[in-house]
Amino acid sequence: MLRLDHVSVRFGPASSNTSNDPSKPDARVHALRAFGLDFPPGRTTALIGPSGCGKSTALRTLVGLVTPAEGRAFIDNEAVEPGQPETLRRLRRRLGYVIQDGGLFPHMTARANIRLLPDLLKLDPAETERRLDHLVELTRFPPDALDRYPSELSGGQRQRVALMRALAHDPEALLLDEPLGALDPLIRADLQTDLKAIFAELGKTVVLVTHDLAEAAFLAETLVLMRDGRIVQTGSYQDLAESPAEDFVREFVTAQTARLRALDGSVAE
Amino acid sequence: MNPLRCVSFTVASVLVLAATTARAQELVVGSKQFTESVILGDIATQLLRDATEVPVTHQRQLGGSQVLFQGLQRGDLDAYPEYTGTIRYELLAGTDPDPAASLEDLLRPLGLGIVGPIGFNNTYALGLTREAAERLNARTISDLRDHPELALRFSNEFMDRADGWNALRDAYQLPQSDVRGIEHALADVARANGQIDATDLYSTDAEIAEYDLAVLEDDLRHFPRYDAVLLYRLDLDDRAPGGITALERLAGAIDEASMIAMNRRGKVDRVPTQVVARDWLSANLDVNAEIRVDSAFSRVLRHLVEHTQMVAVSLIAAIALAVPLGVVAARRRVLGQGILGVVGILQTVPAIAMLVFMIPLLGLGFMPAVAALFLYSLLPVVRNTHAGLVGIPQSVRDSAEALGLPRGARLRRIELPLAGRSILAGVKTAAVINVGTATLGAFIGAGGLGQPIVTGLRLQDTGLILLGALPAAGLAIVVQLLFDGLERLVTPRGLRGQQHK
Repeated sequence: MLRLDHVSVRFGPASSNTSNDPSKPDARVHALRAFGLDFPPGRTTALIGPSGCGKSTALRTLVGLVTPAEGRAFIDNEAVEPGQPETLRRLRRRLGYVIQDGGLFPHMTARANIRLLPDLLKLDPAETERRLDHLVELTRFPPDALDRYPSELSGGQRQRVALMRALAHDPEALLLDEPLGALDPLIRADLQTDLKAIFAELGKTVVLVTHDLAEAAFLAETLVLMRDGRIVQTGSYQDLAESPAEDFVREFVTAQTARLRALDGSVAE
Repeated sequence: MNPLRCVSFTVASVLVLAATTARAQELVVGSKQFTESVILGDIATQLLRDATEVPVTHQRQLGGSQVLFQGLQRGDLDAYPEYTGTIRYELLAGTDPDPAASLEDLLRPLGLGIVGPIGFNNTYALGLTREAAERLNARTISDLRDHPELALRFSNEFMDRADGWNALRDAYQLPQSDVRGIEHALADVARANGQIDATDLYSTDAEIAEYDLAVLEDDLRHFPRYDAVLLYRLDLDDRAPGGITALERLAGAIDEASMIAMNRRGKVDRVPTQVVARDWLSANLDVNAEIRVDSAFSRVLRHLVEHTQMVAVSLIAAIALAVPLGVVAARRRVLGQGILGVVGILQTVPAIAMLVFMIPLLGLGFMPAVAALFLYSLLPVVRNTHAGLVGIPQSVRDSAEALGLPRGARLRRIELPLAGRSILAGVKTAAVINVGTATLGAFIGAGGLGQPIVTGLRLQDTGLILLGALPAAGLAIVVQLLFDGLERLVTPRGLRGQQHK
């Protein structure tokens, strides 16, 4: 249902490329270059790659926070068109979006953050309350912390609230942009386990952006390795590790695994 | 809420408010900021009260001849005392009046009439302390040419007037370079302390005798005659039949000695000007006015109420316009720079100038003062609204947008609450500044706590100045505390303890 169709995104002043003088390099950053990808429904896809490879931009294009120069994102064959607020709003409500630091509204309690959209959409309050109970259970969030403000919650709790907020209106797909990026390793591992269970339970289409190969391999069925706004290789972790499409894939995989493996070796000896 | 719709609504309501301040059935007499003018204003007021049925008020101590003359032409005033030289060489200077034409003929096309001469000539004069005059051996203005080092301090009006310092310097070829303006009443104090050498005097000033000043002879006959007259609107009789006839009793009625004596009672002896006026009327024109001199407490209370009204009305109007403007400025970068630029420029207009600019549009009194304060309040509120909105973290804005919240809901539920403290801080700044600036409302007849300050300056009465200044300072502190409390009240728990933006 989610698709990126030949999407090109450039950042920087549009005027910098108006001269056709070939000696002047294009000053703009090409975040995505004719990027095309179908996200398999009901499965988890991870966009991975080094910083600046365009993985966050791809996610932001799906949710309409970025206007591509060429191509569009599609949700069930309907274009995500940033110039059309009505359509965009309707499409966005079919998605749930979580970003690195949670983006929680600091002046609202956890409960108010989660209930904001359902209440604005005038969904049945009793139904919303039932859904909230379910989400609290699903995300293993302490129910007595629902009336705390974001500043009174731990980092892990804040991300659980962000996840609940993204799921409160029961979207069809979940888009996660480095959701665990700001957490310390123990909490991170804890949340990874919980996320895997949640994805399995919900059976929704999930797109996860991360730079952590292990996290991607643990949570996603499909890994999409990106560099410079293009796809380098798509497949499972085994595909990437065992039959890398080019040197960059090998380097990327080795960089994240070699040191641990070497340490494992030295511990074993 | 659509911010543009809100802007146009505010503008519309301000215009409606301005249009509904139509003239009530009453007469208003004006006067300038020196004792002689206030006494003449009181005399005219009591005469009109005696002769007509309509209520008569006295807008005392307004800020300068231009303010009064414009107010008279607009119909905010019905009469005020003026001087022939000022009319011909200052008020009508821009219209290049025919030197042969009488003032009556020059004023009639403007809808104005003239009573007088009243009987004395209050011309400008240059004065020195007796001691300084003897030391410099100066008897005439021409003698000043030999003393370029003299520090000259003139009343602000004399500095600016077409017939003031510039004309005098050119006529006598005076070489002094240390020349500055000073409040007329303060010049007496400074001269007595030896801080200034020479200043402009009015020839009927009681201080000439009081301080034993040497008046320099105008040997080139530079200064014209400043015969006291009363200017009035020709339509005064339509609203108050018999009014003009009553005022005409003042023609030739006060000679120079009587005026100096009244000035002395009013300024040196500090007898209330209403009492000085009543005593003269009863002795000379057999008019016995009933006057009511309010207690200091009730006067301060009234001024405090006027002051608070000015601040409150201007502030509420400013919030209604400035917050939407700040929202627009935060959303459209280029337009925003323009908006911030314009309200910034408004802030640089000196307060007195701003007040005087308002007179042709809104006349004298409450409205122009409120309009000026309103314009001054825009910058802090617009800027803080803009800063508060722009300062919201990108992740929060992205989240709100990605949730599919409509623009209005985003503004109401997320952006304005998060910018709330910054906006409130801007409103607080505007309110405190307004409490201070509103004291200048006294110059254009808006009353307020500036009134006792202006009277205190006129009489060199520190106690009276404090009677206006202390409540104004107290009001500023109260406003500050009020907003501090309000901030604590409206800041949600989640934002407390965070750094102020």
